[in-house]
Amino acid sequence: MYDSAGTDIARREWLGLLAQAPLDMLEAWGKDRQEEYVWLRRPESGLAMVRARIGATGDRFNVGEMTVTRCTLRLANGRHGVAYVQGRSTRHAELAALADALLQEPTIRETLDRQLLQPLRARIAAKRAAIHQDAHLTKVDFFTVSRGDE
Amino acid sequence: MYVAVKGGERAIANSHLLVSEARRGDPAIPELTLAQIEKQLRLAVDRVMTEGSVYDRELAALAIKQAAGDAVEAIFLLRAYRATLPRFGYTEPVDTLSMQLRRRISATFKDLPGGQVLGPTYDYTQRLLDFSLAADGAAVAKPEINTAMAENESSSVMALLGHEELIEPQPISAGDPEPNDITRTPLTFPTSRAERLQNLARGDEGYLLAMAYSTQRGYANNHPFAGEIRFGTVEVEMIPEELGFPIVVGELELTECQMVNQFTGSKTKPPQFTRGYGVAFGHSERKAMAMSLVDRALRAEELGEAVVAPAQMQEFVLSHADNLEASGFVQHLKLPHYVDFQSELELVRKMRQVQADQVGAAS
Repeated sequence: MYDSAGTDIARREWLGLLAQAPLDMLEAWGKDRQEEYVWLRRPESGLAMVRARIGATGDRFNVGEMTVTRCTLRLANGRHGVAYVQGRSTRHAELAALADALLQEPTIRETLDRQLLQPLRARIAAKRAAIHQDAHLTKVDFFTVSRGDE
Repeated sequence: MYVAVKGGERAIANSHLLVSEARRGDPAIPELTLAQIEKQLRLAVDRVMTEGSVYDRELAALAIKQAAGDAVEAIFLLRAYRATLPRFGYTEPVDTLSMQLRRRISATFKDLPGGQVLGPTYDYTQRLLDFSLAADGAAVAKPEINTAMAENESSSVMALLGHEELIEPQPISAGDPEPNDITRTPLTFPTSRAERLQNLARGDEGYLLAMAYSTQRGYANNHPFAGEIRFGTVEVEMIPEELGFPIVVGELELTECQMVNQFTGSKTKPPQFTRGYGVAFGHSERKAMAMSLVDRALRAEELGEAVVAPAQMQEFVLSHADNLEASGFVQHLKLPHYVDFQSELELVRKMRQVQADQVGAAS
Protein backbone atom coordinates (compact mmCIF):
# COMPACT_ATOMS: atom_id res chain seq x y z
CA MET A 1 0.00 0.00 0.00
CA TYR A 2 1.18 3.44 -0.86
CA ASP A 3 0.02 6.78 0.50
CA SER A 4 -0.72 9.86 -1.59
CA ALA A 5 2.95 10.81 -1.65
CA GLY A 6 3.84 7.38 -3.04
CA THR A 7 5.38 6.18 0.21
CA ASP A 8 5.29 2.48 0.97
CA ILE A 9 3.19 2.58 4.14
CA ALA A 10 4.09 -0.91 5.33
CA ARG A 11 7.80 -0.30 4.91
CA ARG A 12 7.53 3.00 6.71
CA GLU A 13 5.87 1.26 9.63
CA TRP A 14 8.37 -1.59 9.92
CA LEU A 15 11.34 0.77 9.67
CA GLY A 16 9.91 2.65 12.66
CA LEU A 17 9.34 -0.57 14.59
CA LEU A 18 12.85 -1.79 13.86
CA ALA A 19 14.36 1.53 14.92
CA GLN A 20 12.63 1.30 18.30
CA ALA A 21 13.36 -2.40 18.80
CA PRO A 22 15.49 -3.39 21.78
CA LEU A 23 18.72 -5.01 20.64
CA ASP A 24 18.08 -8.30 22.45
CA MET A 25 14.83 -8.84 20.51
CA LEU A 26 16.58 -8.19 17.19
CA GLU A 27 19.51 -10.35 18.23
CA ALA A 28 17.23 -13.24 19.19
CA TRP A 29 15.72 -13.04 15.72
CA GLY A 30 18.88 -12.38 13.74
CA LYS A 31 21.70 -14.32 15.36
CA ASP A 32 21.22 -17.48 13.32
CA ARG A 33 20.29 -15.95 10.00
CA GLN A 34 22.45 -17.08 7.11
CA GLU A 35 21.76 -14.42 4.46
CA GLU A 36 24.80 -12.88 2.85
CA TYR A 37 24.96 -9.21 2.06
CA VAL A 38 27.37 -6.52 1.04
CA TRP A 39 27.61 -3.09 2.59
CA LEU A 40 26.60 -0.10 0.51
CA ARG A 41 27.17 2.00 3.61
CA ARG A 42 28.87 0.45 6.60
CA PRO A 43 27.25 1.11 9.98
CA GLU A 44 28.28 4.52 11.28
CA SER A 45 27.16 6.55 14.28
CA GLY A 46 26.48 10.26 14.05
CA LEU A 47 24.09 13.00 14.99
CA ALA A 48 20.74 14.31 13.84
CA MET A 49 19.68 17.79 14.88
CA VAL A 50 16.27 17.52 16.52
CA ARG A 51 13.78 20.15 15.49
CA ALA A 52 10.62 21.39 17.16
CA ARG A 53 8.15 24.15 16.40
CA ILE A 54 7.95 27.47 18.26
CA GLY A 55 4.98 27.26 20.60
CA ALA A 56 4.38 23.70 19.30
CA THR A 57 2.62 24.97 16.15
CA GLY A 58 4.86 27.73 14.72
CA ASP A 59 8.13 27.94 12.83
CA ARG A 60 10.82 25.32 13.16
CA PHE A 61 13.81 25.71 15.46
CA ASN A 62 16.72 23.48 16.50
CA VAL A 63 16.48 21.97 19.98
CA GLY A 64 19.66 19.89 20.17
CA GLU A 65 21.12 16.77 18.65
CA MET A 66 20.50 13.06 19.15
CA THR A 67 22.74 10.10 18.35
CA VAL A 68 21.72 8.04 15.33
CA THR A 69 23.36 5.03 13.67
CA ARG A 70 22.77 4.19 10.03
CA CYS A 71 23.76 1.70 7.38
CA THR A 72 22.69 0.33 4.00
CA LEU A 73 23.21 -3.21 2.76
CA ARG A 74 22.38 -5.24 -0.34
CA LEU A 75 21.25 -8.85 -0.32
CA ALA A 76 22.40 -11.32 -2.98
CA ASN A 77 18.95 -10.94 -4.60
CA GLY A 78 19.57 -7.22 -5.04
CA ARG A 79 17.19 -5.90 -2.36
CA HIS A 80 18.50 -2.96 -0.34
CA GLY A 81 18.05 -2.72 3.41
CA VAL A 82 18.30 0.65 5.15
CA ALA A 83 18.48 1.51 8.83
CA TYR A 84 18.43 4.79 10.73
CA VAL A 85 18.18 3.99 14.41
CA GLN A 86 18.49 6.05 17.57
CA GLY A 87 21.65 5.52 19.61
CA ARG A 88 25.11 4.23 18.84
CA SER A 89 24.61 0.49 18.34
CA THR A 90 26.06 -0.56 14.98
CA ARG A 91 24.68 -4.07 15.56
CA HIS A 92 21.16 -2.64 15.98
CA ALA A 93 21.49 -0.80 12.66
CA GLU A 94 22.86 -3.89 10.92
CA LEU A 95 20.06 -6.18 12.08
CA ALA A 96 17.41 -3.54 11.33
CA ALA A 97 18.75 -3.08 7.79
CA LEU A 98 18.84 -6.85 7.25
CA ALA A 99 15.24 -7.14 8.43
CA ASP A 100 14.25 -4.25 6.14
CA ALA A 101 15.76 -5.98 3.12
CA LEU A 102 14.10 -9.31 3.94
CA LEU A 103 10.71 -7.77 4.67
CA GLN A 104 10.63 -6.44 1.10
CA GLU A 105 10.52 -10.06 -0.08
CA PRO A 106 6.78 -10.77 -0.46
CA THR A 107 7.20 -14.52 -0.04
CA ILE A 108 8.58 -14.30 3.49
CA ARG A 109 7.07 -11.06 4.70
CA GLU A 110 4.17 -12.67 6.49
CA THR A 111 6.43 -15.02 8.43
CA LEU A 112 8.79 -12.22 9.38
CA ASP A 113 5.91 -10.02 10.39
CA ARG A 114 4.74 -12.72 12.79
CA GLN A 115 8.19 -13.55 14.13
CA LEU A 116 9.64 -10.09 14.45
CA LEU A 117 7.20 -7.24 13.93
CA GLN A 118 4.26 -8.52 15.98
CA PRO A 119 6.29 -8.76 19.19
CA LEU A 120 7.65 -5.27 18.51
CA ARG A 121 4.16 -3.86 18.02
CA ALA A 122 3.00 -5.60 21.20
CA ARG A 123 5.94 -4.24 23.14
CA ILE A 124 5.27 -0.65 22.09
CA ALA A 125 1.57 -1.03 22.85
CA ALA A 126 2.36 -2.42 26.31
CA LYS A 127 4.77 0.42 26.99
CA ARG A 128 2.20 3.00 25.96
CA ALA A 129 -0.48 1.34 28.07
CA ALA A 130 1.81 1.36 31.11
CA ILE A 131 2.56 5.06 30.70
CA HIS A 132 -1.13 5.75 30.24
CA GLN A 133 -1.96 3.82 33.42
CA ASP A 134 0.62 5.75 35.40
CA ALA A 135 -0.66 9.04 34.07
CA HIS A 136 -4.20 8.07 34.97
CA LEU A 137 -3.16 7.30 38.55
CA THR A 138 -2.21 10.93 39.02
CA LYS A 139 -5.11 12.52 37.19
CA VAL A 140 -6.69 15.15 39.42
CA ASP A 141 -10.37 14.82 40.31
CA PHE A 142 -11.57 18.25 41.30
CA PHE A 143 -14.59 18.48 43.51
CA THR A 144 -16.43 21.64 44.34
CA VAL A 145 -17.79 22.64 47.70
CA SER A 146 -21.32 23.98 47.90
CA ARG A 147 -21.37 27.58 49.06
CA GLY A 148 -24.88 27.70 50.46
CA ASP A 149 -27.81 29.21 48.57
CA GLU A 150 -25.96 31.21 45.92
CA MET B 1 47.10 36.84 27.37
CA TYR B 2 48.95 33.77 28.52
CA VAL B 3 52.06 32.15 27.09
CA ALA B 4 52.95 28.51 26.70
CA VAL B 5 55.18 27.20 29.45
CA LYS B 6 57.11 24.00 29.40
CA GLY B 7 57.55 21.58 32.23
CA GLY B 8 55.18 19.93 34.64
CA GLU B 9 54.53 16.84 32.49
CA ARG B 10 55.20 14.49 35.36
CA ALA B 11 53.02 16.51 37.74
CA ILE B 12 50.20 16.57 35.18
CA ALA B 13 50.39 12.83 34.58
CA ASN B 14 50.26 12.18 38.31
CA SER B 15 47.38 14.63 38.66
CA HIS B 16 45.44 12.45 36.19
CA LEU B 17 46.10 9.49 38.47
CA LEU B 18 44.89 11.41 41.49
CA VAL B 19 41.70 12.56 39.79
CA SER B 20 40.96 8.97 38.78
CA GLU B 21 41.55 7.81 42.32
CA ALA B 22 39.40 10.59 43.75
CA ARG B 23 36.62 9.80 41.28
CA ARG B 24 36.61 6.14 42.23
CA GLY B 25 36.75 6.83 45.96
CA ASP B 26 37.05 3.99 48.41
CA PRO B 27 37.55 0.81 46.32
CA ALA B 28 35.83 -1.18 49.08
CA ILE B 29 32.57 0.51 47.99
CA PRO B 30 30.99 -0.92 44.80
CA GLU B 31 31.60 1.14 41.67
CA LEU B 32 28.69 3.02 40.06
CA THR B 33 27.45 1.51 36.81
CA LEU B 34 26.22 3.61 33.89
CA ALA B 35 22.85 1.88 34.20
CA GLN B 36 22.59 2.98 37.82
CA ILE B 37 23.33 6.58 36.88
CA GLU B 38 20.96 6.46 33.94
CA LYS B 39 18.09 4.98 35.93
CA GLN B 40 18.60 6.45 39.38
CA LEU B 41 19.99 9.90 38.59
CA ARG B 42 17.65 10.49 35.66
CA LEU B 43 17.23 14.21 36.25
CA ALA B 44 21.00 14.75 36.27
CA VAL B 45 21.14 12.78 33.01
CA ASP B 46 18.37 14.95 31.56
CA ARG B 47 20.20 18.15 32.43
CA VAL B 48 23.48 16.95 30.93
CA MET B 49 21.70 15.88 27.73
CA THR B 50 19.84 19.19 27.47
CA GLU B 51 22.82 21.49 27.99
CA GLY B 52 25.30 19.08 26.43
CA SER B 53 22.85 19.31 23.53
CA VAL B 54 22.99 15.59 22.69
CA TYR B 55 20.12 13.23 23.47
CA ASP B 56 21.86 10.00 24.47
CA ARG B 57 21.16 8.75 27.97
CA GLU B 58 24.13 6.39 28.10
CA LEU B 59 26.64 9.02 26.95
CA ALA B 60 25.27 11.49 29.49
CA ALA B 61 25.57 8.87 32.25
CA LEU B 62 29.16 8.20 31.25
CA ALA B 63 29.92 11.92 31.27
CA ILE B 64 28.42 12.26 34.76
CA LYS B 65 30.49 9.35 36.03
CA GLN B 66 33.69 10.67 34.48
CA ALA B 67 33.03 14.17 35.85
CA ALA B 68 32.35 12.75 39.34
CA GLY B 69 28.89 14.31 39.24
CA ASP B 70 29.95 17.83 38.19
CA ALA B 71 27.13 18.73 35.78
CA VAL B 72 29.00 21.50 33.94
CA GLU B 73 32.10 19.33 33.49
CA ALA B 74 29.88 16.49 32.22
CA ILE B 75 28.23 18.88 29.76
CA PHE B 76 31.71 19.87 28.53
CA LEU B 77 32.62 16.19 28.01
CA LEU B 78 29.41 15.54 26.06
CA ARG B 79 29.91 18.59 23.85
CA ALA B 80 33.51 17.55 23.16
CA TYR B 81 32.37 14.06 22.15
CA ARG B 82 29.65 15.56 19.98
CA ALA B 83 32.30 17.40 18.00
CA THR B 84 33.80 14.06 16.91
CA LEU B 85 30.58 12.75 15.32
CA PRO B 86 29.36 13.37 11.76
CA ARG B 87 26.03 15.14 11.25
CA PHE B 88 23.45 13.09 9.33
CA GLY B 89 20.95 15.91 8.95
CA TYR B 90 17.91 17.35 10.65
CA THR B 91 14.87 15.58 12.02
CA GLU B 92 11.35 16.46 11.09
CA PRO B 93 9.94 18.83 13.71
CA VAL B 94 8.71 16.76 16.65
CA ASP B 95 4.98 17.02 17.23
CA THR B 96 4.62 17.87 20.90
CA LEU B 97 0.83 18.04 20.49
CA SER B 98 0.83 14.27 19.98
CA MET B 99 3.16 13.66 22.91
CA GLN B 100 2.31 10.65 25.02
CA LEU B 101 1.84 12.44 28.29
CA ARG B 102 3.34 11.39 31.57
CA ARG B 103 2.56 14.72 33.13
CA ARG B 104 0.53 17.71 32.00
CA ILE B 105 -0.66 20.58 34.11
CA SER B 106 -2.11 23.99 33.50
CA ALA B 107 -2.20 26.83 36.00
CA THR B 108 -4.69 28.74 33.86
CA PHE B 109 -7.43 26.20 33.17
CA LYS B 110 -8.69 23.80 35.79
CA ASP B 111 -10.80 21.67 33.47
CA LEU B 112 -8.56 21.20 30.50
CA PRO B 113 -9.30 18.42 28.02
CA GLY B 114 -7.73 15.24 29.32
CA GLY B 115 -7.45 16.67 32.81
CA GLN B 116 -4.58 17.68 35.03
CA VAL B 117 -2.09 14.84 35.21
CA LEU B 118 0.52 15.25 37.92
CA GLY B 119 2.85 12.42 36.93
CA PRO B 120 6.15 11.91 38.76
CA THR B 121 6.69 15.30 40.38
CA TYR B 122 8.42 16.58 43.49
CA ASP B 123 5.93 19.47 43.61
CA TYR B 124 3.74 17.95 46.31
CA THR B 125 6.46 16.35 48.38
CA GLN B 126 7.21 17.97 51.71
CA ARG B 127 10.93 18.27 51.12
CA LEU B 128 11.66 16.41 54.32
CA LEU B 129 14.70 14.18 54.07
CA ASP B 130 13.49 10.62 53.66
CA PHE B 131 15.77 8.49 55.79
CA SER B 132 14.17 5.30 54.50
CA LEU B 133 16.20 5.95 51.31
CA ALA B 134 19.36 5.56 53.37
CA ALA B 135 18.52 1.86 53.53
CA ASP B 136 17.98 -0.35 50.49
CA GLY B 137 14.64 0.57 49.00
CA ALA B 138 11.98 -1.89 47.94
CA ALA B 139 10.06 -1.50 44.69
CA VAL B 140 7.09 0.86 44.84
CA ALA B 141 3.69 -0.84 44.90
CA LYS B 142 1.23 1.14 42.78
CA PRO B 143 -2.53 0.75 42.98
CA GLU B 144 -4.01 -1.26 40.13
CA ILE B 145 -6.51 0.44 37.91
CA ASN B 146 -8.03 -0.37 34.60
CA THR B 147 -8.37 2.43 32.16
CA ALA B 148 -9.23 2.32 28.54
CA MET B 149 -6.85 4.22 26.32
CA ALA B 150 -8.66 7.42 25.46
CA GLU B 151 -7.95 9.16 22.22
CA ASN B 152 -6.77 12.72 21.84
CA GLU B 153 -6.26 13.48 25.49
CA SER B 154 -3.32 15.68 24.76
CA SER B 155 -4.89 18.55 22.84
CA SER B 156 -3.23 21.80 23.72
CA VAL B 157 -4.46 24.27 26.31
CA MET B 158 -3.33 27.00 23.93
CA ALA B 159 -6.15 26.04 21.57
CA LEU B 160 -8.80 26.74 24.21
CA LEU B 161 -8.64 30.50 23.88
CA GLY B 162 -7.02 30.45 20.50
CA HIS B 163 -10.21 30.64 18.49
CA GLU B 164 -11.02 34.01 20.05
CA GLU B 165 -7.43 35.13 19.55
CA LEU B 166 -7.35 36.08 23.21
CA ILE B 167 -4.07 34.20 23.18
CA GLU B 168 -1.67 35.07 20.43
CA PRO B 169 -1.77 32.37 17.74
CA GLN B 170 1.46 30.67 16.74
CA PRO B 171 1.15 29.86 13.03
CA ILE B 172 3.82 28.67 10.63
CA SER B 173 5.26 31.57 8.60
CA ALA B 174 4.90 31.56 4.83
CA GLY B 175 7.11 28.87 3.34
CA ASP B 176 7.93 27.29 6.73
CA PRO B 177 11.36 28.98 6.81
CA GLU B 178 14.49 26.93 7.45
CA PRO B 179 15.93 28.05 10.82
CA ASN B 180 19.56 29.07 11.03
CA ASP B 181 21.55 26.49 12.99
CA ILE B 182 23.69 28.39 15.49
CA THR B 183 26.06 25.43 15.81
CA ARG B 184 26.93 26.06 12.15
CA THR B 185 26.49 29.79 11.72
CA PRO B 186 27.23 31.80 14.87
CA LEU B 187 24.69 34.31 16.16
CA THR B 188 24.57 37.83 14.79
CA PHE B 189 22.37 40.46 16.39
CA PRO B 190 19.49 41.09 16.22
CA THR B 191 18.52 37.42 16.29
CA SER B 192 15.51 35.48 15.09
CA ARG B 193 13.29 33.83 17.68
CA ALA B 194 14.30 30.41 16.31
CA GLU B 195 17.98 31.22 16.90
CA ARG B 196 17.24 32.48 20.39
CA LEU B 197 15.34 29.32 21.30
CA GLN B 198 18.21 27.15 20.09
CA ASN B 199 20.61 29.18 22.22
CA LEU B 200 18.34 29.03 25.28
CA ALA B 201 17.67 25.29 24.84
CA ARG B 202 21.36 24.56 25.43
CA GLY B 203 21.81 27.44 27.89
CA ASP B 204 22.76 26.98 31.53
CA GLU B 205 19.77 26.18 33.71
CA GLY B 206 20.96 28.20 36.69
CA TYR B 207 21.63 31.23 34.53
CA LEU B 208 18.27 31.05 32.79
CA LEU B 209 16.55 30.53 36.13
CA ALA B 210 18.12 33.71 37.48
CA MET B 211 17.22 35.63 34.32
CA ALA B 212 13.64 34.36 34.49
CA TYR B 213 13.43 35.23 38.18
CA SER B 214 14.62 38.76 37.44
CA THR B 215 11.65 39.27 35.08
CA GLN B 216 9.26 38.22 37.84
CA ARG B 217 10.85 40.62 40.31
CA GLY B 218 10.24 43.55 38.01
CA TYR B 219 13.25 43.67 35.69
CA ALA B 220 11.00 43.49 32.62
CA ASN B 221 7.32 43.90 32.75
CA ASN B 222 5.49 40.67 32.20
CA HIS B 223 2.94 38.93 34.30
CA PRO B 224 3.26 35.25 33.50
CA PHE B 225 0.97 32.25 33.92
CA ALA B 226 2.03 28.65 33.32
CA GLY B 227 -0.49 28.01 30.54
CA GLU B 228 0.64 24.46 30.09
CA ILE B 229 3.54 22.26 31.12
CA ARG B 230 3.82 18.80 29.66
CA PHE B 231 6.33 15.98 29.99
CA GLY B 232 6.21 12.78 27.99
CA THR B 233 7.51 10.96 24.96
CA VAL B 234 7.43 11.95 21.32
CA GLU B 235 8.43 9.93 18.30
CA VAL B 236 11.11 11.53 16.17
CA GLU B 237 11.22 11.18 12.41
CA MET B 238 13.91 11.73 9.81
CA ILE B 239 13.87 11.59 6.03
CA PRO B 240 16.88 9.43 5.12
CA GLU B 241 18.47 10.40 1.82
CA GLU B 242 18.26 6.76 0.72
CA LEU B 243 14.50 6.65 1.18
CA GLY B 244 13.08 10.12 0.59
CA PHE B 245 10.19 9.60 3.03
CA PRO B 246 10.03 10.12 6.80
CA ILE B 247 10.60 7.21 9.15
CA VAL B 248 10.58 7.01 12.93
CA VAL B 249 14.17 6.70 14.15
CA GLY B 250 13.38 6.64 17.86
CA GLU B 251 11.63 8.45 20.64
CA LEU B 252 12.56 11.26 22.99
CA GLU B 253 11.38 12.33 26.39
CA LEU B 254 10.70 16.05 26.31
CA THR B 255 9.43 18.74 28.65
CA GLU B 256 7.52 21.63 27.13
CA CYS B 257 6.28 24.86 28.70
CA GLN B 258 3.82 27.31 27.20
CA MET B 259 3.97 30.46 29.29
CA VAL B 260 1.17 32.99 28.87
CA ASN B 261 1.75 36.68 29.52
CA GLN B 262 -0.44 39.74 29.75
CA PHE B 263 -0.04 42.14 26.87
CA THR B 264 -1.80 45.47 26.65
CA GLY B 265 -1.56 45.64 22.90
CA SER B 266 0.25 47.91 20.51
CA LYS B 267 -0.55 50.01 17.43
CA THR B 268 -0.81 46.87 15.34
CA LYS B 269 -1.97 44.27 17.86
CA PRO B 270 -5.09 44.17 20.06
CA PRO B 271 -4.76 43.47 23.78
CA GLN B 272 -4.22 39.74 24.14
CA PHE B 273 -2.12 37.22 25.96
CA THR B 274 1.29 36.67 24.40
CA ARG B 275 3.38 33.56 24.75
CA GLY B 276 6.81 32.38 25.71
CA TYR B 277 8.01 28.91 24.81
CA GLY B 278 10.41 26.49 26.40
CA VAL B 279 11.42 22.94 25.59
CA ALA B 280 14.11 20.66 27.02
CA PHE B 281 15.27 17.07 26.75
CA GLY B 282 14.01 14.68 29.42
CA HIS B 283 12.15 15.85 32.47
CA SER B 284 13.56 19.34 32.88
CA GLU B 285 10.71 21.46 34.11
CA ARG B 286 12.61 24.23 35.83
CA LYS B 287 14.68 24.67 32.69
CA ALA B 288 11.69 24.68 30.32
CA MET B 289 9.81 27.20 32.49
CA ALA B 290 12.81 29.52 32.83
CA MET B 291 13.42 29.27 29.09
CA SER B 292 9.84 30.26 28.29
CA LEU B 293 10.01 33.32 30.54
CA VAL B 294 13.29 34.45 29.02
CA ASP B 295 11.98 33.76 25.50
CA ARG B 296 9.04 36.05 26.21
CA ALA B 297 11.25 38.76 27.71
CA LEU B 298 13.51 38.65 24.63
CA ARG B 299 10.51 39.34 22.40
CA ALA B 300 10.33 42.90 23.79
CA GLU B 301 11.48 44.57 20.59
CA GLU B 302 9.20 42.48 18.40
CA LEU B 303 6.20 43.44 20.56
CA GLY B 304 7.12 47.11 20.79
CA GLU B 305 8.05 47.07 24.46
CA ALA B 306 10.79 49.24 25.92
CA VAL B 307 14.01 47.28 26.42
CA VAL B 308 14.97 48.31 29.94
CA ALA B 309 15.97 45.14 31.80
CA PRO B 310 18.84 42.68 31.36
CA ALA B 311 16.52 39.76 30.52
CA GLN B 312 15.19 41.72 27.51
CA MET B 313 18.65 42.39 26.07
CA GLN B 314 19.39 39.83 23.39
CA GLU B 315 23.11 40.39 23.27
CA PHE B 316 23.47 40.25 27.04
CA VAL B 317 21.29 37.19 27.59
CA LEU B 318 22.36 35.07 24.65
CA SER B 319 26.08 35.82 24.83
CA HIS B 320 26.31 34.60 28.42
CA ALA B 321 23.91 31.65 28.43
CA ASP B 322 26.34 28.91 27.44
CA ASN B 323 28.03 27.38 30.48
CA LEU B 324 30.76 25.81 28.37
CA GLU B 325 31.90 29.21 27.12
CA ALA B 326 31.35 30.91 30.47
CA SER B 327 33.13 28.22 32.46
CA GLY B 328 35.98 28.16 29.96
CA PHE B 329 36.59 31.88 30.09
CA VAL B 330 36.32 32.16 33.86
CA GLN B 331 38.47 29.08 34.45
CA HIS B 332 41.14 30.02 31.93
CA LEU B 333 42.29 32.44 34.62
CA LYS B 334 43.90 29.41 36.24
CA LEU B 335 46.31 29.05 33.33
CA PRO B 336 49.78 30.57 33.64
CA HIS B 337 49.72 34.34 33.19
CA TYR B 338 53.30 34.73 34.47
CA VAL B 339 54.58 37.11 31.78
CA ASP B 340 51.41 39.19 31.83
CA PHE B 341 51.55 39.51 35.55
CA GLN B 342 55.28 40.31 35.50
CA SER B 343 54.72 43.27 33.21
CA GLU B 344 51.81 44.52 35.34
CA LEU B 345 54.02 44.19 38.40
CA GLU B 346 56.69 46.35 36.76
CA LEU B 347 54.06 48.93 35.90
CA VAL B 348 52.72 49.12 39.46
CA ARG B 349 56.30 49.48 40.79
CA LYS B 350 56.94 52.38 38.43
CA MET B 351 53.70 54.10 39.38
CA ARG B 352 54.52 53.77 43.06
CA GLN B 353 58.00 55.22 42.44
CA VAL B 354 56.53 58.18 40.59
CA GLN B 355 54.08 58.79 43.43
CA ALA B 356 56.83 58.47 46.06
CA ASP B 357 59.04 60.92 44.11
CA GLN B 358 56.19 63.45 43.91
CA VAL B 359 55.51 63.20 47.65
CA GLY B 360 59.23 63.55 48.35
CA ALA B 361 59.55 66.59 46.08
CA ALA B 362 56.52 68.30 47.69
CA SER B 363 57.75 67.97 51.26
